[in-house]
Amino acid sequence: MRCKKCDQPAVIRMHQHRLALCKEHFVEWVLNRVADTIRSFRMFSPKKKILVAVSGGKDSLVLWDILLKLGYKADGLHLNLGIGEYSERSLDYVLKFADSHPEADLIIVDIKERYGMSVPELAEAKKHGRGRKICSLCGLVKRHEMNRVANERGYDVVATGHNLDDEAATLLGNLLNWKIEYLAHQSPVLPSTYPGLVRKVRPLVRLYERETAAYALVEGIEYIREECPHALGAKSLLYKEILNRLEDEMPGAKQRFYMDFLKARREGLIKLQPPPAQQLHPCEVCGQPTSAPGKCAFCRLWEPGSSSGS
Amino acid sequence: MVRIKFRGQEWELKPGLRVKEAIKKVGLSPNAVLAVKGGKLLTEDVVLREGDEIELISVISGG
Repeated sequence: MRCKKCDQPAVIRMHQHRLALCKEHFVEWVLNRVADTIRSFRMFSPKKKILVAVSGGKDSLVLWDILLKLGYKADGLHLNLGIGEYSERSLDYVLKFADSHPEADLIIVDIKERYGMSVPELAEAKKHGRGRKICSLCGLVKRHEMNRVANERGYDVVATGHNLDDEAATLLGNLLNWKIEYLAHQSPVLPSTYPGLVRKVRPLVRLYERETAAYALVEGIEYIREECPHALGAKSLLYKEILNRLEDEMPGAKQRFYMDFLKARREGLIKLQPPPAQQLHPCEVCGQPTSAPGKCAFCRLWEPGSSSGS
Repeated sequence: MVRIKFRGQEWELKPGLRVKEAIKKVGLSPNAVLAVKGGKLLTEDVVLREGDEIELISVISGG
């Protein structure tokens, strides 16, 4: 198979775009596609300070690499969650990437060092009563810490490596369960709606996961290939598998499913009534916005004896 | 024979299959993996030859 642009041997064929490209033109295509996504969703302007949440997985490292290549001021934030060897290996990949990109800063937050417990220890401590599952706890910790660090260090926006497959899987899950509130809010841009709530963006939402993996491979970006041990059996992985089976038979199905959802909602063809906006208050401990008066869900997590962070 | 490796599993297939056919033959989705030979990406139309060793890399992540 030959590159559509230069006739050199192709490294990838993307059925949904009817496009085969060589290494050089594939990298160029990815950079252009992400740059176009940033522009068309008005994610951020060239002068903004971006904090990229980097886990050590392919998508976040690829995102960081792309933003740096596009000339943005993009620094990395890695949260060491303390999930045994998995977290240690993840950190190694992040450090390796950061070492080879001295133009960018890397901020590392060790959750256990800062708060006294790792995420698995926290989940264990909360498992009695109405305790949250570890993935839900982990999500809460990550969201809080990303927002805290971005605020404290003066970043304008937090960028995460969610790709089109992530978004399509989330959409499928939200539809299967008719999560109207989530459907109303699912978006590549989450604006800042309250002082102290940092804008969040997902610049990879128009790339298939297969394309981010291929980009990592051809650009020599090393990343942790194994899954978080707590993600095994996660519903989102099942949704992705189902969507890929559909994609095998109907090239472009994932892209149409997600992008046409965004388009239909934007054009008012799907009218989703989000619940009325909640009044937010600053948390009395950390100062971050929270819907409940008093302490936010994150700060309540660390109180001795509390069984739930909700 | 052609050797296919994926997450600690191994299969031996007859040469002559295309990459896409080999991926399907071992029960995987061509959209869920990338085929790599000697560190280089292979497109789905490449015909596998006697002695080829192919690694399939899962592209799916997240939980």
